[in-house]
Amino acid sequence: MHAPLAPTTHLPIGSDADLAWVRQQVRKTATDLGFGLIQQTKLVTATSELARNTLVHGGGGHVEVTPLRAGHVCGLRLSFVDAGPGIRDLDLAMTDGYTSGGGLGLGLSGAKRLVQELIVDSCPGRGTTVTVTDWASGLPAPRTGTR
Amino acid sequence: MAEQHDVTPEVAQELGGFLEQRREQIAQRWADAALFRTVFTVSRDEAVEACKAVVDALADVACSGRLEDIHAPGFDTVREQLSRMAATRAQAGFSPSQVAGEVAGLRQPAAALLQAEFDDPRAEHAHACALALTVLLGTLRLVVMETTVNSGEALIARQREQLLEVATPVIKLWENIVAVPLIGTLDSARSQVVMESLLEAIVHERARYAILDITGVPTVDSLVAQHLMKTVAAARLMGAHCIVSGIRPAIAQTIVHLGIDLGTITTRAGLADALAYALGQQGIVVSPSPAAGAIPR
Amino acid sequence: MTASSATHANAVPVLALGDILLITLQGELHDTSAEQLQYDISHRIAHSPLPVNGVVIDISGVDIVDSFLGRILAEIAATARLLAAQTVLAGMRPAVAITLVELGLTLPGLDTALNVDRALALLGRAPAAPPPTRPEEGA
Repeated sequence: MHAPLAPTTHLPIGSDADLAWVRQQVRKTATDLGFGLIQQTKLVTATSELARNTLVHGGGGHVEVTPLRAGHVCGLRLSFVDAGPGIRDLDLAMTDGYTSGGGLGLGLSGAKRLVQELIVDSCPGRGTTVTVTDWASGLPAPRTGTR
Repeated sequence: MAEQHDVTPEVAQELGGFLEQRREQIAQRWADAALFRTVFTVSRDEAVEACKAVVDALADVACSGRLEDIHAPGFDTVREQLSRMAATRAQAGFSPSQVAGEVAGLRQPAAALLQAEFDDPRAEHAHACALALTVLLGTLRLVVMETTVNSGEALIARQREQLLEVATPVIKLWENIVAVPLIGTLDSARSQVVMESLLEAIVHERARYAILDITGVPTVDSLVAQHLMKTVAAARLMGAHCIVSGIRPAIAQTIVHLGIDLGTITTRAGLADALAYALGQQGIVVSPSPAAGAIPR
Repeated sequence: MTASSATHANAVPVLALGDILLITLQGELHDTSAEQLQYDISHRIAHSPLPVNGVVIDISGVDIVDSFLGRILAEIAATARLLAAQTVLAGMRPAVAITLVELGLTLPGLDTALNVDRALALLGRAPAAPPPTRPEEGA
């Protein structure tokens, strides 16, 4: 159904410079896939939030970038993987303003609002994987929870 | 279709080899088929080249052994071309099933060539190869049908988008002042478009004031209010001041009932009041000219 | 116009225009450069021989503002205010504004302007003060 359009790229997230590199690569891939400017900006911003989470809370990790295709629509899947302490209370972590890292606490909850799908898979002590999927389209894809 | 075709990997490989070897002849025959001839009208060579690309794709798919897989990577190289062909046929008034029928018509010329490869066309092996070709072209037919359906969907999506843009014009009311008269239901997709066009207009017109007139919006629930507040906030980030006008008494009541706080937003009863406010803020006074007599505000 | 001593490779230059500091952000900004900038600005305001009354941050060349950079900008403004200077954020692109609002970041403590000229005008230093507009009839 969601056939990969191109092989997955692995990018390390271990430093400040890596964050910039990841943002640039996601921007480039999204442009190539035909994402509009506003959607690109949202996706790259979400990428920045999540990659920083991986770096700051997960102690570093990597992101897997996979271009997708379903019918005539191109999409992009990003998986941010770390082997850090994990998230103990997911509901709390998804709440606006909740922070454990000195930021504004908008990272996870904010990123969720910028993309069509965001799934958190976390196990205390064994790390966190946040997977984001976004489809290039002029119209926002139907979302759950929003009319 | 439901019947399970058993095409062994060896047969699939052989079919792939045949397609590679005979691509020139197959392409020459296909180029005369209506499907290619009517699409590539400039020259026959162009049609032959297009046919070769399709044969190459089929050979690739056959060699990969994924004869029945419409997502086989081999098809990727020709998918765009196929969808263009399907679209051309559709524009000429052909239904998707008629286009699919034309694709099915490609089997016969190729099958004839394939048969000629074997000393005894009735042998079991020859039969297996012919079956493999049938399966492969059946898959090609599905790929074409899929692109036909998808291009239809893309067209509908594009039209919906255009409709959204048409429905939300941004008007320059005065130097530095733009306005969007909102008419109809303000759903998520629509408010997204409103926000985008308003912000673009702010840049383009170098606007300091943006008026959102909701006279034509039938109901304001908490979601609509949220959209309005987001738009106001985004405009502010760009240095423009938003004024929401046209809040009818019934809507004002609903807003109060729902406990929605629009307190941080400048509101005015009507579009004219909003314009007067924006002009006043810039020190512009509009007064009736004594010579021309009274002109309503 | 004087550029600040660029000690850091990625340091963002801080220009002084009379009593106003002008900072132009471009493209990719590393987290450390942003933090360095925050320090530089408050340092400049506090140690400037002339009083600094305004700070203009031009972000027209910035592709994205995430919550990290958003926080830095808000903190720069808050710090400047404590040191009696007003901060104006200028030139935010529409896509960035939409994204910030969706992210939940409306930067209420920051003044904003369409571009640097308007920001300077807002601070009362008007190199390009808008002439009193007299639109043509029927505009």
